[in-house]
Amino acid sequence: MFSVFKNRFEQGYRTCSYPKEKPPVFGRYRGKPEVRQDAPPELVERCADACPQDAINVGQKKIDMGRCIFCGTCEQISQGEFVRFTGDFEIATAQKEHLLTAGDLPDLAQHSKQHFKRLFGRSLQLRQVSAAGCNACEADLNVLATPFFDLGRFGINFVASPRHSDGIVVTGPVSRNMKTALLQTYEAVPDPKVVIAVGSCTLTGGPFTGSPEITEGLDKILPVDLFIPGCPPHPLTNLHALLRFFK
Amino acid sequence: MNAFLNISNGEKLDRRKIPHLAFADFRENALEIMGKGGKVVQFFAYPDGPALKLLAVLRTDRLMVAGCDAPESYPSLTQTCEPFHLFERETAEQFGLRPEGHPWLKMVRYHANYRKAKDVFGNQYKEDIPGNYPYYQVEGNEIHEVAVGPVHAGVIEPGHFRFNCIGEKVLHLEIQLGYQHRGVEQLFQGGQAKRLPILAENIAGDTTIGHSLCMAQAVEALTGVQPDKGARIIRTIALELERLANHIGDLGALSGDVAFLPPASYFGRIRGDFLNLSLLICGNRFGKGLVRPGGVRFTLSDEVRSTLDQRLKELKPQVEHVLELLFLASTVRARFEDCGRVSPADADHLGLVGPAGRASGLAYDVRRCFPTEHYGELGIPENKKTTGDVYARARVRYDEIHQSISIIQSLIGSPVETKTVTASDFNLAPSSFVVTLNEAWRGEVSHALLTDQDGKILRYKVKDPSFHNWNGLAMALRNTGISDFPLNNKSFNLSYCGFDL
Repeated sequence: MFSVFKNRFEQGYRTCSYPKEKPPVFGRYRGKPEVRQDAPPELVERCADACPQDAINVGQKKIDMGRCIFCGTCEQISQGEFVRFTGDFEIATAQKEHLLTAGDLPDLAQHSKQHFKRLFGRSLQLRQVSAAGCNACEADLNVLATPFFDLGRFGINFVASPRHSDGIVVTGPVSRNMKTALLQTYEAVPDPKVVIAVGSCTLTGGPFTGSPEITEGLDKILPVDLFIPGCPPHPLTNLHALLRFFK
Repeated sequence: MNAFLNISNGEKLDRRKIPHLAFADFRENALEIMGKGGKVVQFFAYPDGPALKLLAVLRTDRLMVAGCDAPESYPSLTQTCEPFHLFERETAEQFGLRPEGHPWLKMVRYHANYRKAKDVFGNQYKEDIPGNYPYYQVEGNEIHEVAVGPVHAGVIEPGHFRFNCIGEKVLHLEIQLGYQHRGVEQLFQGGQAKRLPILAENIAGDTTIGHSLCMAQAVEALTGVQPDKGARIIRTIALELERLANHIGDLGALSGDVAFLPPASYFGRIRGDFLNLSLLICGNRFGKGLVRPGGVRFTLSDEVRSTLDQRLKELKPQVEHVLELLFLASTVRARFEDCGRVSPADADHLGLVGPAGRASGLAYDVRRCFPTEHYGELGIPENKKTTGDVYARARVRYDEIHQSISIIQSLIGSPVETKTVTASDFNLAPSSFVVTLNEAWRGEVSHALLTDQDGKILRYKVKDPSFHNWNGLAMALRNTGISDFPLNNKSFNLSYCGFDL
């Protein structure tokens, strides 16, 4: 018993004060990309060629955050002359076309559906469906329940049954073998319901693009309300998205 | 004298030097090695022009390879040697080769075979998984079944668990995976060079470094571009950070599963701190973007090194104190001990690897037996337990957490100089073969790479340690109360996506 108290004392209070203050993230973290429009075309081409995800739109000089896995190859090649990844983790969007960006993202709150805020602003229960990703997105959703993020303090919880939930959070590129289970889970959620797509795989197929076993974009089979990019999205990206969209 | 050829971990081999045996000799020699305590590292089929071939990499205290022409059907090796069980089923699924007499010939991931041959399982792939397959049935009075998944109650990966129970006691657990199948191996074979590292990182996100190292070492062997010492040290640190984050997370979750909440909360948070140390080095909490063929993309600058050092100094006592809290609690021990026992004989029979194997008396650790990166210079101690229960699986992690912290601290003491590599194109040596092994946190990860005469990837084979260990979990559950399933499941904590590919 003494050991329990001693540890409790040592651990102290660990919950971050987000959204009041942004917790510091280490400098090498790659968040929202900023694209320089004055970059020489030759450099843009070189970055686009090297991009393993083909996420660079050469004509518009924009990055598709849905395809991007934030590996930083383009930043390394252009040494920041074309692309620079900032420490800004607030990168979720309400519309898929907003994912194609040069660094200026519209305010998520302005684009969220107002009736969602009214319905779910005080209590939001979500059912997570893992559909063929690499389990990193799941892991960084799971940590939202740890004391540092403490998602429950905002009235948002992950629940066991779709019948008890207000929507689904999908991760992974929806494999052929997981499609029916996903659609059945969606159907089991009572209306009105939300669909949240988390991670590059779910948004576009991500690293598995081109495989006949997967679906290239959840929005091809379900109406998606909230797009959270990243590989995986940082827990703070997820937290920002949920708070800004529903609160 | 055995016909298999001795090879080294990560050694480039001209494909013509792989002993090509008649199938009967291949089978006999393989079984001879296995009879003397050998284990399967790789066993797969690959097309070579119009021919289809089989290749096996086995291990004792050495690595050995041999191949043969693949017969359309052949007498199953599993009949006499269980570690081939899943490998033979996988080969049947991927290439339509039938192992006659296989004790349980069922599909693995549920997909049509690669060469459009007649389906061994009689599936058309128009129905949903599991297709043409009746689950294993136990009959009798008072027998009941519990079906769980593929969508589980928590935020975890999909898989289907079918328990055959009498009362609360589990007689048999059947684990059906395949829901996460993305066609990873096929993508490797068709993909551009720049996509290889990305695919390796996303086989199993919690084992990003383990799989990335296998891929990088394979490519390095076939390009001749070796990483410098600094890069090897950084990769070693990254692999140990991955081990730490996962082991600590597992112990927290085990604590939660026996309703002892303080360590569950503390380790949940501390696991995040270790993930953040990976982010400190490479900008991603799972180490994605760090390892590339030829080296690493990020250096250990003095600033990063000192932050890492300082954070570890803060975290180490916290970790030790929470470990003490967990392992000295009599209620925890009462639940951990004697729960889900896998005897050393069963573990050996199944060929378990990693912490699950070490908990059941199999000391095998790639870091010690076939060291890569900087491990040859570290002197990894032998670590095994013999009780094979949840307690032993937790205790192995306890030891490894202490080891990993010391390893990292010993490596960041002095400056680590390295040149970073930028992702670039590479040309692989033609007609070559390489197999790589690394001890990731779940155990032996292995990749095998074969090239054709133009240096194109002919076959890319991935094996996650979970491929060996899922049957260990099924074994642990026999005659155990069904309410102990979550605890046992977490004590193995196997990968669904790493298995499903």
